[in-house]
Parts: sequence; structure tokens; C-alpha cells
Amino acid sequence: MPANKFNGFTDYGIGIGLRATHYDHILSRKPVCDWFEIISENFMIDGGRPLQILDEILEQYKVVQHGVSMYFGSAEKPNREHLRRLKDLVKRTKTPWVSDHLCWGSVDGRYTHDLLPMPYTFEAAKLTAQKVREVRDFLEVPVAVENVSSYAEFHVSEMTEWEFLNEVVERADCGILLDVNNIYVSSQNHNFNPLDYVNSIPAERVAQIHIAGHSKYRKYILDTHDHPVIDPVWKLYDRAIQRAGHTATLLEWDDSIPTFKEVHDEALKADKFLASSVLATAV
Amino acid sequence: MKLLALQRTMARAVMQPLTKSEHMQEKAPGGGKMRAYASRFIKPNDRLTSFERLEIYNRQYWFRLFSALAEDFPGLRSVLGDKQFDAMCKAYVVDCPSTSFTLRNLGSKMESWLRAHPKWAGKKQTLALDIARLEWADIEAFDNESKPALRTEDLATADAETLKLELQPYVRLLDFAYPVDDLLLAVRKEDDTDFASNAFSEKRKKKHVRAVAKLNPQPIYLVVHRIDNSVYFRRIEPEEFAVLTALGKGKPLAKALDAAFRKSKMPLEERAAAVQKYFQTWATLGWFCRPLQKKATGA
Repeated sequence: MPANKFNGFTDYGIGIGLRATHYDHILSRKPVCDWFEIISENFMIDGGRPLQILDEILEQYKVVQHGVSMYFGSAEKPNREHLRRLKDLVKRTKTPWVSDHLCWGSVDGRYTHDLLPMPYTFEAAKLTAQKVREVRDFLEVPVAVENVSSYAEFHVSEMTEWEFLNEVVERADCGILLDVNNIYVSSQNHNFNPLDYVNSIPAERVAQIHIAGHSKYRKYILDTHDHPVIDPVWKLYDRAIQRAGHTATLLEWDDSIPTFKEVHDEALKADKFLASSVLATAV
Repeated sequence: MKLLALQRTMARAVMQPLTKSEHMQEKAPGGGKMRAYASRFIKPNDRLTSFERLEIYNRQYWFRLFSALAEDFPGLRSVLGDKQFDAMCKAYVVDCPSTSFTLRNLGSKMESWLRAHPKWAGKKQTLALDIARLEWADIEAFDNESKPALRTEDLATADAETLKLELQPYVRLLDFAYPVDDLLLAVRKEDDTDFASNAFSEKRKKKHVRAVAKLNPQPIYLVVHRIDNSVYFRRIEPEEFAVLTALGKGKPLAKALDAAFRKSKMPLEERAAAVQKYFQTWATLGWFCRPLQKKATGA
């Protein structure tokens, strides 16, 4: 199940997020890395150093685009300027798929620049799916939606988060970027069993998996991407791989970023789980 | 509650300024108690009230936007001082919330907003406006478009009376009352040193703020531009600035030169050599765009 229509029938291995602190190392040492994930918005500009770096990276590495402000769940229409610039970047990177979050973050033209949680209602699922379809049709590449970490739940919700995710991806016929760290964070913040979540998603729609670290506070957990992946998250990853197969995997590390080698080594811990999934398939 | 109504309700709370101690206000948007406001749409759990859950997002919003402005305007922060800068940012974001998908554009209205709200800089208003304008130009020079540069051969058959030249989109022409280029470079150097040694940072910052307060006016003409994808500041003479500004406004070369030297004190015999030098510099640095080729029209 690794290559599917939701990731452009690719078979990517283990990648890491491309971050400015690693540019010099990557361009001068050219380390082996299966692929890099870029934050699309950082490169949706007209020129200058970021695009030059990206072009140099593209000469040697596979790159996949990940967005942070499409806001599939916002009640308003997609921003046309955003879409136009995103499509220009898709043409530049030749990304096999694009991903963004199952969340909202703007209203009445004002942006919070945060990944705000959805109310899990049928109305929201229908509208979100419609927007995912619209974006995919405009970009002409597969779209995968990512589950977010959340710190609040709404009275109006009519289903669980995973039921909402399933409702959206079935209606939109799109892929899932399954973030197992986000599942863990939300499970701790909202008191549910994270395995129920992983066991409930349609595995055949998983285009990619995210792993990351987080920060634990006295009353809640914050998704900070500034620590190694903890064991309970690896266990969720293991289960996700058992269900979805050898899937493109990406480690996110966005704050207090260590050396390239440390980040890459942390990501490569996923290898043993991926290897076991290949063995299981062979048997 | 319908989706749009819920999102508007939550956004109003999330975007409401924090208290001085950086917590969510007890007063809800539009009046009433925030605790009641939050509990209308957010569920509590066994550890957090509805208010506390909403507060996480409220704080994240402000911390993220403050951080973006502090990163983009370190010079302005240095001029105003940390406390005043933080208070100013809060007022700025309330008046000019982000309307772009990227935080890169958050500070685009900083100079015009500061001009309309002089209380934030007080006696340092001119200096604050200068540094804010320079810092925004620096952002634009960093990632604005670069077009193919003008070549000598493009001018072979040009007529100075009609020749119009287009500046590269990343080139910014700025005149200042204060030498803010030196100031910004000093602030950046200091920030780099602070990063290497946090132990002395507070002491140095106070010293630096004092130095800023003593900065004397000194008019300068500056081009903020880009070479090999790095941004540079280049001071130029008033005459060169005037020519570039006139060309940037679309005036033909002859008129631009005429306007630039009309009030110049430069001796007449030196002007031809000066213009020649200007062109050499502009060509070397690629500040002008190659004219668009006229499309051949079919018969």
C-alpha cells in the first residue's frame, strides 16, 4: 500500500523537514536523505535567496510541499492569490502531492496563523471536503489532509475527531497525512485512546506519516516539535505502519533544532518499523 | 452554532489582546465575562476550564505575532526599548491584523501606522520612522522578484530623450534623516553576539539603547539591494539618488538627469564623469531590468 493515488504513486522513504539552519550543511556536504518536506508558504515569494536555495535542493533531492495556511476548514472561500502562488510552487518543485491541515485559521479575511480545531459536525465536514476538492482541482496534484494537535473541543461536535477525518476524506476522496504525534497530543488533552484513532482511519488513504516531539505541561501537552519522538508515539507509528504499510515518513523538528545529523538520525529510527512492515508483507 | 458563527466567535476571543501579565482578559469581546463567553462554545475537561482551553489559543496567537514583529523589526525595538516595543506591537496588531496567508507581510503597514500614531515613538518619531522604513525595505529586497538585468548592448541604439529604465523590483531607494543603516547593522551584530553569550546580553542591550538615544541626525541616501541573494545597503550621493528616483518614476533618462542636477552644487565639469560612474555601478550591480522585447506582429 505504500504507493497510492493519494501520494502520486510514489514510494518515498524517510525524510525530514527542510529548515534554514541546515541549508549550509545540506548544500556543502550533500548528505544522503530520502526526501525533504518544505513549508510551502516559505517559498511562495517572487525571488531571492529562499528560492535559490530551493532550486539547489531540487537539483539533488526529492521535495514534497506541506502547507500551513490553506485552512481547509475555514468557512470562507480559498484565497485566490494563495492558490495561484501555491500552484506556481507546485510547478517548480514537481511535488507528487501537497498536504495541509484539517483545521481553520482565518475568518473574514483575518489570519490567526494558527491551526485552530474544527467543530466535528456534518456541516463542517461537507464544507471542508468541498474546499479540499476545489484546491485539488485547481492545483492538479493529489491533496492529503493532516490531523492537528488540539487543546479545545466544542459543544456542537457531533462525532469523534477520527470520525470527522474519515467523513472529510471520504467526501473529498483525498489522502491523509497521518500525524501520529498529533494523535498522541490530542489523546492526552482530550482523554481518548490514541489506538482507537489509528485503528479507525482508512489505511488505504494514508499518503504520508508525520512524527515529531512535543512538550508536556502540568495540565496539557503542546505540539512544539522541539524534542525527540517519545516511545508512546513510536508505538502509534508502529501500529500505523502495520495498517498502512511502508509509507513515506517525515520527522518534524521546528524549534531548538539540533544538527542535521541528530535530526536525521532521529528520523531514521522509523526504519526498523518500516522494515518490519516489509517483512510482514513478504511473509 | 453554525460553522461561520463559531469561527467568528472564537477568532474574536483569540485575537483579543492579552493582559499585562500575558493572560486572557476576563472581559469578553463586546462586553460580558470571558468565562461565560468561552463556556458557550468550548467544553471543559477534567483539568482545564473552557476559559483555560481558549486561553491557550489566545496566548499562542499573540506570542506568534509578537515574535514575527520582533524578528522583522529589531532596529525599531532597539529605538523604542523592549517594553515600549511590546506595547506598540499590541496596538499595531489590533489596528492592522494579518490579512495575508504569510506572516512575512505582517509588518507592511508599520511605517504608515507609526506615522499616524506618533505617541509610540515620542521624541524619537523621525528615527523610528526611518528605521521602520529601512527594515521593511530590507524584507522586500530579500525576496522580491529579480528580472533579467539590463546589458550594455540593450542601450546601443537608445535615445536619451525617450529612454525609460525600470528598476529591479528588489531595489529600494530611501532617504533618511538618520544614519539608520549603521544602526541596523550594529543591532544585528549585537544580536549575534547576544546569541553567543547570553550572560552579558542585558547589560549590553542597555548600553546599546543609550547609544541609540544619542544618535545624531545625518541625512543619508540609501539603496537597499541584493547581490547573490544577500541584501546590502549602499549609500549614494544626492544627485545619484535623484536620478534613480526620477527613473524609478518612469521619467526618460534625459529628463531624469536634468531634474537631478538642477539644484546640484556639483561643478558642471564633473557631472559627465559622475553620470558615467553611476551607470557603471548600476550595470555592475544589475539594478535595472532589461527592456521587454516587442513581440513581432504577424501580417
